[in-house]
Amino acid sequence: MTDRANMTDIGEGTGGGTGARAGGDGAAGLGGKPGERETIIRIDKLSIGYETESGYVKSVRGVSLGVRRRESFGLVGESGSGKSTLALGSIRYLAANGRVTGGSINFMGRDITTLGRAQMSKLWGRHIGMVYQNPSLALNPSIKIGRQIAESAQIHQGLDKKASFRKAVETMGRVSMPDPEYVAGLYPHQLSGGMLQRCVITMALLNTPSLLVMDEPTTALDVTTQAVVLDLVASLKKDYDSAVFYITHDLAVVARICDSIGVMYAGELMESGPAAEIFRAPRHPYTLSLLNSIPKFEEEGRKKSLRGIDGMIPSLRELPRGCVFSPRCFMAVDECRLRAIEMEETAPGHLTACHRWRLAEEMEREIRKGKSYPAPEGTPVSLSVDKLSKHYAPVRGALRRGAGKSLIKALNSVTLSVPKGCTLGVVGESGCGKTTLLRSITGLLEPTSGEVALDSQGLPASVGGRPRSLLRRIQMVFQNPDASLNPNQTVAKCIERPLKIFSDLSRAGRREKILEILESVNLPSAYYNRLPGELSGGELQRVGIARAFAAEPDVILLDEPLSALDVSVQATLVNLLLELQVKNQPSYLFISHDLAAVHHISDLIAVMYLGRVVEFGKSEAVFKPPFHPYTEALLSAVPNPDPDAEQVSVRLEGSVPSPSSVVAGCAFHSRCPRVRGPECSDVSPPARRLPGSDAVIFCHIPLEELSAVQSSPYHRTG
Amino acid sequence: MLKYCLKRLGFVLLTLLLSSMVIFFATQILPGDVAQLILGRFARPEAVAALREELGLNEPVVVQYLKWLFNFVQGDWGLSLSTNNSPVAPLVWGRLKNSAILGALAFIIYVPGGILLGLWAALRRNKPVDHVISVGSLSLIGLPEFVTGVILIAVFSLELNWLPPSSSISPSDGLYRMLPKLILPAVTAALVSLAYITRMTRASTVEALYSDYVRTAYLKGLSPRQVLFRHVLRNALMPTVTVAAISIGWLMGGLVVTESLFSYPGLGRLLLFAIQRRDLPLIQATTLLMTAIFCLSNMLADVLYAYLNPRIRYQ
Repeated sequence: MTDRANMTDIGEGTGGGTGARAGGDGAAGLGGKPGERETIIRIDKLSIGYETESGYVKSVRGVSLGVRRRESFGLVGESGSGKSTLALGSIRYLAANGRVTGGSINFMGRDITTLGRAQMSKLWGRHIGMVYQNPSLALNPSIKIGRQIAESAQIHQGLDKKASFRKAVETMGRVSMPDPEYVAGLYPHQLSGGMLQRCVITMALLNTPSLLVMDEPTTALDVTTQAVVLDLVASLKKDYDSAVFYITHDLAVVARICDSIGVMYAGELMESGPAAEIFRAPRHPYTLSLLNSIPKFEEEGRKKSLRGIDGMIPSLRELPRGCVFSPRCFMAVDECRLRAIEMEETAPGHLTACHRWRLAEEMEREIRKGKSYPAPEGTPVSLSVDKLSKHYAPVRGALRRGAGKSLIKALNSVTLSVPKGCTLGVVGESGCGKTTLLRSITGLLEPTSGEVALDSQGLPASVGGRPRSLLRRIQMVFQNPDASLNPNQTVAKCIERPLKIFSDLSRAGRREKILEILESVNLPSAYYNRLPGELSGGELQRVGIARAFAAEPDVILLDEPLSALDVSVQATLVNLLLELQVKNQPSYLFISHDLAAVHHISDLIAVMYLGRVVEFGKSEAVFKPPFHPYTEALLSAVPNPDPDAEQVSVRLEGSVPSPSSVVAGCAFHSRCPRVRGPECSDVSPPARRLPGSDAVIFCHIPLEELSAVQSSPYHRTG
Repeated sequence: MLKYCLKRLGFVLLTLLLSSMVIFFATQILPGDVAQLILGRFARPEAVAALREELGLNEPVVVQYLKWLFNFVQGDWGLSLSTNNSPVAPLVWGRLKNSAILGALAFIIYVPGGILLGLWAALRRNKPVDHVISVGSLSLIGLPEFVTGVILIAVFSLELNWLPPSSSISPSDGLYRMLPKLILPAVTAALVSLAYITRMTRASTVEALYSDYVRTAYLKGLSPRQVLFRHVLRNALMPTVTVAAISIGWLMGGLVVTESLFSYPGLGRLLLFAIQRRDLPLIQATTLLMTAIFCLSNMLADVLYAYLNPRIRYQ
């Protein structure tokens, strides 16, 4: 049985790990010169289409790229850019209605464009490993982890059950899985997302594939877990000698782990080349816009408008003439709208699909334009929470053994305040109590103890106890605009509702007001009678913001308002929020797991962990050493969209513990890389005030000691 | 797992106690005096009063209930009023055996049949076969047994003359002689559940086929056959197994109609007979037995689901 295993290799010998064989290289511009590493996969003018009920859709058009051994190629694009279709299509895995309509795919020197499913099965899992976006869905819920991983070795290496299981456990160890033997005996639902993703990666690596395709492997993970998985991916291409094809929407991730990148838009490649070159000297207006849509950790850029890209990605059924990006391009001229584009080599190995790439300097100048929105100085406190706590009794159901567990402290003595017209950003991983904080402020959850105050006046704890005039003053913008707007109510109805409840405007007055508000959030008045289903995600969130502002509140609670949107849309919404704040002077409480976005728009920042605030103060103080060790770990986990920047890496092991397990001491002590001793686990940490600012850090380690060992994770070397 | 089963069993017993109350008091409020009913409309008042005393009908209702319950759990189910005071228990058990034979035959028809049809439809999704199976099963769910039964009799007995229209069996009949008489009622009782199981299997199989873990399995290099048997079936059949267990309970309802239609001497027909004759002890015993079967089938469904689904098993 084991002898036959080798026969499943394809192409008699190409399957091995010999880097010398350059499978048919040199034909197109992307191939390597003789002596270079072998190209594992080369896609040439590939087009992929789908047959749908409403007609034929060309999802990917004329894309060419190649990935070499030990190289990682990052394919970046926003939603709808066709990146996943391209990635799955390039390994010939398409839905039943999908089809390769043109071009060719060359894998390890063999044309696989027209290979049948049975033949592809011999490559999948053996020479091509795949890692997916959502590891908890990618694993079979009713089979033990070890068995699922081992299966791949069983089919391709002909190992028996026992041997394949041993192989699985051994490979799990190689991706630094703690206690692989034990994990192999678990079911997927017993593991956290980060651990599951490591299992999926193990499964992909089991047969040492030549190509590893990773489709947004860290998108579903928390930032600290993402950092650990990215470290792993970066080490893989060296240890396993494979080519990595990495698909993501996150430019920062690409900057951190990829050697080459390709930027996709509406099914076409806009720009491709070495990562360092593209980040340093982008030539395509789309790449430039994307790069300038991401907020950076730079003090001088804070609270300034971001670039963003207006409009939305065109429908694949009605593609614009000429360049697909031209309708949204800030550099577009008539020529762009008429003449089809070919990729041009703008520097060695750097290809750009733009007529006007030579005007890069002009583009840079144009894109740097931006407005600044400084925070008002010396305004009185608007919203404050004082020693707010929310405890839950452990659940005791028919099936659960809840007895003996202590209270779940979702929120533990949280004290925060925001001055009028300023923004307080709250950051922390999932489960840190951000949402409980918001719900307690709104009164939807009644806190166990503590108080919420508006203009120093205590508020009734429950929303039912608050008079209308108070309800008007606190409004909310929700994470998912798709789900938070009634699909059967027009845009106008949605905005009219707070006006009806909180103002005494007449019907005509309300109509006028709605139009005014629509204009203030940059939505055309034609949207008055539209239904949410007709709007894009960004437009829907504008309606959500408009609805919140219609009540003319003093405080707006923003619950991850950007996280469901593409970066270019996020940028335009950041601009809108900044502009509206300067105009109407509300205070924002901005909750997000995206540290860069929080840093960009917040004046004050609170870092939360397990229901407690571990650090709170002005943004410039919080994002500068000394940090709380948790803040330090969070910051160092955020990938920097600047490939030249050298990042200090502080990594957290394990996942956030259950809020019921912390009894005394510092909440972070179990994962703290700088933990000192029994005082951390037994005594609750003192509030240490930073000299010269009113920031506080809750830590046992004296600030001077922290300052001495910490450096800013974001300093440029080059 | 054992603890879970025992707990569920406790719930079943509690349910049965509650339903025994409902059944007992419901039969109490039925119009008509039992003693009068037994002795007939023209009985002398003294005789009626004497019988009332004898049957304990003058005692408070609660006492009557407790007495009845006490006797019932000891196996003394009372005397049937309509069949010359013969004991209820042997009568009911005999009929239960007949119903069980019919039910088992129906079960053997609809569970594998439903799973196969459901799988076939799911694997040929949006093809003509799928449309036929989907529309067919939907219309079967809508048709009650007395319609499908009549149609089956009309076609297979009266028109084609393949199978007997009546299924009255005698105790001396061996299985071989019984079988032809059982086919039509079994098919009739099976059709609704067959349709349910088909639809359930189709839906869960389609869901499994389009799941991310099936994509993972394909991209691991498994053949479509391996994917189906190792990854799809187990997850897809989990809900089906549960529905199959619950369907045993539904089957009881279907049997009442089917048995009457085919004059089959089963529990369902006995119940109908008892109700027509106001035979209270018989009604009480039959309904409580049916409730017990229903509860146990539900419990079986829960326990099977918990056993098959690791997410519940390991909680």
